[in-house]
Parts: sequence; structure tokens; C-alpha cells
Amino acid sequence: MADTMQFDLVSPERKLASGQAVSVLIPGADGDLTAMPDHAPVVATLRPGILVVEMEGETQEFAVTGGFAQVTAEGATILADEALPKAEVSTEMLQERIAEAEAARDAAEGALHDDASKRAADLAALLDAMV
Amino acid sequence: MPNLKDLKTRIDSVKSTRKITQAMQMVAAAKLRRAEEAAGAARPYAEQFNAVMAGLAGSVGEGGPKLLAGTGSDQTHLLVVMTSERGLCGGFNTNIVKLAKAKAEELKEAGKTVKFLTVGKKGREQLRREYADDILGHVDLSEVKNIGYTNAQDVASDVLARFDGGEFDVATIFYSKFESVISQVPTATQIIPASFEESEGDAASTVFDYEPGEEEILRELLPRGVATQIFSALLENGASEQGARMSAMDNATRNAGEMIEKLTIQFNRTRQAVITNELIEIISGAEAL
Repeated sequence: MADTMQFDLVSPERKLASGQAVSVLIPGADGDLTAMPDHAPVVATLRPGILVVEMEGETQEFAVTGGFAQVTAEGATILADEALPKAEVSTEMLQERIAEAEAARDAAEGALHDDASKRAADLAALLDAMV
Repeated sequence: MPNLKDLKTRIDSVKSTRKITQAMQMVAAAKLRRAEEAAGAARPYAEQFNAVMAGLAGSVGEGGPKLLAGTGSDQTHLLVVMTSERGLCGGFNTNIVKLAKAKAEELKEAGKTVKFLTVGKKGREQLRREYADDILGHVDLSEVKNIGYTNAQDVASDVLARFDGGEFDVATIFYSKFESVISQVPTATQIIPASFEESEGDAASTVFDYEPGEEEILRELLPRGVATQIFSALLENGASEQGARMSAMDNATRNAGEMIEKLTIQFNRTRQAVITNELIEIISGAEAL
């Protein structure tokens, strides 16, 4: 079994990280999952949260606001809607996202309302985790 | 024969025009580099996305969501025509509009209904002449300096809302693909129903687990696919626009230079003729005495 796997984190606007990773902690919509080499193939959607990548010798953390991940035995590819290294995330930016999500929640009805409130709650949790 | 003063004014005016076109060319060159970088940075996402979607779409097959399988009819076509907000970029906008018009005529000939959604002012101006009644809406990007993913999402949500409202069955985007500074290729890509190129190799044949379910994922990814495709089209368009402007302005600068040369020669000849004339007058005056 290989010790490392290919890891790519891309957002629509740029490629954030790429390299060999030992493990990747992915904030999945239905719960966190950790991808390691030889993981079963999975496609999962993301919730707003923190992505932890363990590279050889160093650990990197990224804040993502959504998107999806594709995990195969050879690697993990994260396609985030919006992603930033944890150090670059500002409280203001998150608060803006929360305000947007809350506005969407108030506008939506039924199942959409539930989705939107979950998103707002996840974003708030992400903000808590940052400070 | 024009008099000396007129010629002098012409030369000065052409010279200042040359200065402007030269400056525009340099600005376009700088913007082009940035636009190319942006397009390059977005490419990995689009490629990965395509690969994942190809795998997904292949495993779902028939009876998937409407965005993938279509509405079952292809009566009404929406042509999303993306052009620039500013002119002075050679045939850039005209080429895109020409391709869209050709497609529209072809569809109309086949008895289909054609509707337009325009992104960018220049395309709307050109289409309005012939298809004023078929233009459903317009997305204004004139305030946007750097195209971001959110701009693409705005366009995408507009398109998707109309699709959900049953306003059309098939959507095609028209934009210009950036090949090089001297070559931009007007391109049409169908975005709804979505078609993904099947990638060779393992990715497509691997059986994936889906979290949450396959349907939920598709429901979430397909709108995102539309936004992604629009985003990369917008970026390609941005680079193409600057490339087209650069070569157009390069041409204009060169033409202005040639014109200045011609006018200067004419100016000198005229000046010489005036001097000769005066001399003749003086000499014949002296001889008459």
C-alpha cells in the first residue's frame, strides 16, 4: 500500500494546493470523512468547514464554503466553491457569507429552507472554529 | 491642392490618434496577460469537474434529472451570446454574433423557436437590429472589472431560473475561444442538457459511493456545471477580447504611421511648390522691369 496519495484542491478561480498527502480530512455534507491512500471511491458534497491536509511533515488547513470531493484509491480531489488557506480567512468575509445564507434561508420555503438554515448554521460553526 | 495649414492639422490629428491607439494596445497587452492567467488558473477546476461529471453522468444513464437528460423536446432553443462591453476590438464581437445568427437561422429553418440571452452590451446592440423581439434578457457586466466566479453564477442562475420556468429546452453558449493573440475562434457549446466528454481510463469506469445519494449529488452538481462552463467561457472571452483589441490596435497604429508618412510627403511637396511659385513670381516681376 502506498504511503501517500495525490491531493488536489481547486476552486473555480485558482488551484490552491496540489501534492502528495498522507491523509485528508474532508468536511462532508453528511459528516466528516478522512481519506487515506487506498480509500474506497467516493464522491461527496461538502459543507462549510475546515479541510485538514496532512502532507509529509506538515499539516495544512483550508476553509471551504462548499463544493464536492472525489476520492479514489490513488488520490483525493477537492473541488471547492470557495476555498482559502485558514490563515487568510477574515471574520468579515465569513460574516458576509453568513448574512447571505441567512437571507437565503428567510427567502426559502420547505425543504429549501432546511437546506439554507443548515448552511447558515455550518457557516456559523466554521466562524466559531476560526476564532 | 490643399493648403499648408490644412495639411499640418491633418498630420497633427493623425499623430494624436496614433498615440491613442498605441496606448490602447499596451493597455490591452497588460490586460491580456492577466486575463490569460485567470483563464489558466480556472482550467484545473473545469477539467477535474468534467472528469467527475463524465463518470457520474455515465453511471446514471437514462431518466436522470432534466438538466442532464433534457426536457424530452428540443423545440425552444436559448442562445446565450457572450460578447464584450466595449468596442474597438476588431471583428471580435461581430464574429461571435455572426456564428450565433447562423445558428439561429439554421434552427428557425428547422421550425424551432429561438430566443436570446445576451451577456455584454456589444452583442445585444448587434442582435437587437434583427431579433429585437426574441431577446429575453441581458446581463450587464460593464461594472465588473475582474470577472469572478460570482459573475458566472449570476448568469447561470438567470439561465437556470428560465429553464425551470420552462422557457426553453436547449441552451447553447456562444463565446470566443482564445487560441493566440492573432487567432480567436468563435465557439458554440451546448450547456443544457449537459453533455460531458467521456474521459478515457479508470475514472469513468470506477464505481463510486455517493454521499449523500447519487441523485442529491447530481442535483447539486449540475447547476454548478452550468456555472462552471459559463465561467470558463467568460474567461476565454475576456482573454480573446483583449487579444483581438491588441491586434486591432496594432493595425491601427501601423496604418496611422503610414498615413503620417504619406501626409508628410504631401506637405513637403506642397511647401516646395509654394516656394517655387513665389520665386517664379519674383523673377518674372524683375524681368518685366
